[in-house]
Amino acid sequence: MQLTLWTYEGPPHIGAMRVATSMKDVHYVLHAPQGDTYADLLFTMIERLQKRPPVTYTTFQARDLGGDTAQLFIDAVLQANERFKPNAILVGASCTAELIQDDPGGLALGLKLSTPVIPLELPAYQRKENWGSSETFYHLVRQLNRHHSTDLQVDHKLPETSLQKKPSCNILGPTALGFRHRDDVTEISKLLNDLGIAVNVIAPMHASVEDIKRIPMADFNVVLYPETALTTATWLEREFKQPFTKTIPIGHKGTLAFMREVLSLANQSVDESMIDDLAKRSRASWYAASVDSTYLTNKRVFIFGDATHAIAAARVASEEMGFLVVGLGTYSREFGREIREAAKLYGVTPLITDDYLEVEDQISELHPELILGTQMERHVAKRHGIPCAVISAPMHVQDFPARYAPQMGFEGANVLFDTWVHPLMMGLEEHLLGMFREDFEFNDTAPSHLAGGKLKDKELAEVSTPESTPALPNPVESKPEIALTQTLSGEQKVNDMIQFWTHEAELELKKIPFFVRGKAKRNTEKFAKETGVVEITVETLYDAKAHFSR
Amino acid sequence: MSAVISIHPEHELANQQVKSNEPRIRQERGQREVFCGLTGIIWLHRKIQDAFFLVVGSRTCAHLIQSAAGVMIFAEPRFGTAIIDDRDLSGIADANEELDRVVGQLLKRRKDIKTLFLVGSCPSEVIKLDLSRAAQRLNTQFNPHVKVLNYSGSGIETTFTQGEDACLSSIVESLPQHSHTQDSKQSTHTKKLLIVGTLADVVEDQMQRIFKDMGLANVEFFPGRNSQNSPTIDHNTVYLLAQPFLADTAKRIEDKGARRLAAPFPLGAQGTQAWFKAAAQEFNIDEVVFEKAIYAPRQRAQIAIAKYKKFLEQKKIFFFPDSQLEIPLARFLSQELGMTLTEVGVPYVHRQHLAQELEMLPNNTMIVEGQHVELQLDRCEQAKPDLVVCGLGLANPLEAKGYTTKWSIELVFTPIQGFDQAGDLAELFSRPLIRKEKIAA
Repeated sequence: MQLTLWTYEGPPHIGAMRVATSMKDVHYVLHAPQGDTYADLLFTMIERLQKRPPVTYTTFQARDLGGDTAQLFIDAVLQANERFKPNAILVGASCTAELIQDDPGGLALGLKLSTPVIPLELPAYQRKENWGSSETFYHLVRQLNRHHSTDLQVDHKLPETSLQKKPSCNILGPTALGFRHRDDVTEISKLLNDLGIAVNVIAPMHASVEDIKRIPMADFNVVLYPETALTTATWLEREFKQPFTKTIPIGHKGTLAFMREVLSLANQSVDESMIDDLAKRSRASWYAASVDSTYLTNKRVFIFGDATHAIAAARVASEEMGFLVVGLGTYSREFGREIREAAKLYGVTPLITDDYLEVEDQISELHPELILGTQMERHVAKRHGIPCAVISAPMHVQDFPARYAPQMGFEGANVLFDTWVHPLMMGLEEHLLGMFREDFEFNDTAPSHLAGGKLKDKELAEVSTPESTPALPNPVESKPEIALTQTLSGEQKVNDMIQFWTHEAELELKKIPFFVRGKAKRNTEKFAKETGVVEITVETLYDAKAHFSR
Repeated sequence: MSAVISIHPEHELANQQVKSNEPRIRQERGQREVFCGLTGIIWLHRKIQDAFFLVVGSRTCAHLIQSAAGVMIFAEPRFGTAIIDDRDLSGIADANEELDRVVGQLLKRRKDIKTLFLVGSCPSEVIKLDLSRAAQRLNTQFNPHVKVLNYSGSGIETTFTQGEDACLSSIVESLPQHSHTQDSKQSTHTKKLLIVGTLADVVEDQMQRIFKDMGLANVEFFPGRNSQNSPTIDHNTVYLLAQPFLADTAKRIEDKGARRLAAPFPLGAQGTQAWFKAAAQEFNIDEVVFEKAIYAPRQRAQIAIAKYKKFLEQKKIFFFPDSQLEIPLARFLSQELGMTLTEVGVPYVHRQHLAQELEMLPNNTMIVEGQHVELQLDRCEQAKPDLVVCGLGLANPLEAKGYTTKWSIELVFTPIQGFDQAGDLAELFSRPLIRKEKIAA
């Protein structure tokens, strides 16, 4: 049993729904109690889909438990098959139905329908949403292509003759409720087309059952979201000798590397001038190179999200934006190995957790200047007055913008530059603040888009009463009852000598712009502690500054 | 059909009503597109400010509450889920010990909690995890600092607002028994009015003022804003329901000797007037005093409602089942705004509590209790309503088909009761129609 206040991922059947809902002609019959239909609103409200998810729920109640819930399920399958006439039926159980062990798969198969039935076993007490979507996609592809792989294994050679002129690939992984999947698919399809590669099937998003059956006809697979498609792609590689891409086309450099990988999988020679031409679509690399961006150098960034987006964001942050990655983490336990490898590149300890409070702890400890995270980190960032951009699911209605805003490809690189840099204070602005700290417009209570005025009280309070428990940064949004043990910094707890700030040092500290003042204060106190200084003077402040300067 | 409602003994009245209204209520079974009782935590944790709601359930339960709430949480919320995992199910870990550990962890972290609700879910019911015994056990450990109660919000037991019923019922059950003879010192001797059902704070304050103007000072609201001031309920208590979904709570209150005042629900000017009137009659309030007390607010309500009548009059409305508020709402919309009721879907109809409401509905009203969502969608298509009241799962797909919809959940999350909200309530139904007209191509 685990205490959970908020969760990054839903249960695995939500993953199955994401696959079913993104497709054209499958129906999912879910053995589930009344109330589990809430999941529909994720799609109709958050994603604003115009159709109900293709899901029939048995919605059993207590009175049914004494009777025949199996019959209830059978009726639901028959009615759904009759009403919606799907080309394939997914069947499974949600957490509660798993406990009553009616065996939806066996029941549905026993009906001997002409519609193919794909049973899903998604253990709700062990697994989560992304695993559920991966497993669903895998079983769907595997079962619909079972005959190909045994009897018709030669048949997949057929495309090589018919589509000989043009190499072809499938795009695997995009689903409903995915972070910008809608626009990524458009962007990457266009890019592949420009490279002279035909897109055979996109799946599961927009795919029909017939499309799924055509997957083996392509030369290779493009895996955009390993969370959903890695298992399937691995199987397809084994079964149909279809290799798949390992590079995620996020960022300018990521997109270039992706193009090279795709061309090599397609057995095409690399035409450097064509690549150069396509790369001109991205303004991001020039914007990052322009002098206006020098202020971005070594900005401390904390990154958290699903593994694919977090790892890619770390690479873009470090290699394209010139930030300093100070923290990297994911809630995707399945990709723990990948995140650990990535963390090594930046010399940070990876954070693998689905407890948002643990993420918040690390953020308050690291004091980053920018957070790239999920909607939850956006809230944490707001509480701490730190700029933030959202890079990953779980989805929020704001993550489905009306405009075209891919994360992948060259346009995606442009989007990343804008959305990551705009929350930050601009270079010149920052200089002016540093130069003229006493200008009344730059004081702590002046309006700021970084909501910095709210920090003032906290910082000052901490300075004047060093032993007191620090209040939470933003009294408006946070509850006073959570004088969290977590915000008590470790140093203060273990520190047995009472540090104090001289009046002059306090005044000097106040001259430091609010958005770096917290860091300056912490560094100074840390330095003072390390060097055994009890009375913090202006000298100590500048000694610390010199000590920590890079 | 009995036209006159007089003060009969409760059971007699009930029998009469069941008989007279039975033909008008159609039962239906099938897929139910409704929330489970856990959803009630979204408003209950805001209302009862020193309580924490710990769902003992699955990741689905946690996901449901955070998704249905539609909001990200600030800092730490006053609800959470003890997620049952494989170890609990396979017997590797003892589920009861695990629960005690999680509760200990929570209470250590949250010293501000005065009442802890252990909320049962579908999985906890199916594995027969006995939360009432768990609550007893934990009470011996944490009482008096923290009171531990339990109720079920599971989808197999409760539909949406029934979660509030189960929660309030558990509170009533935990109240000390004030027996007439044994404990006469604590027993209240003056008759007292209790208003039962969660209302917005602002609505409570307005109602309290009107009661005061009527000369009723001894009026309590339940649930209170703080779990520490629980009401005393005994044979001197009479109560008015503010919400139509409180079957079990009412029963428990009556077990303690209290008596229900039959009344319609305080929605719209007429409903609210009749609701106050029930109290006035019970306490023999002078007609003039009563009129004076409600005159100005009723006037305001009527003016506000009239503003929206032109948008709603003769428009056809179709209700999908959601909160059990459907019947009082339909009554208000037909009686005071002249809307035409095509179908009123309700998850469950409490014939006794809704007796007056049912009487006020037009005779031919089609009430459907329960749900078969597919058949209902077909009927909706045939009825061609001007406005569809439905849940969040159905609203956008219906809009995309050209229907105008009103999300029903908003009717639970918005102050709509009482005179001064009657206009707001009419506006809630008018807004989608006004909007459609405004942005039409």
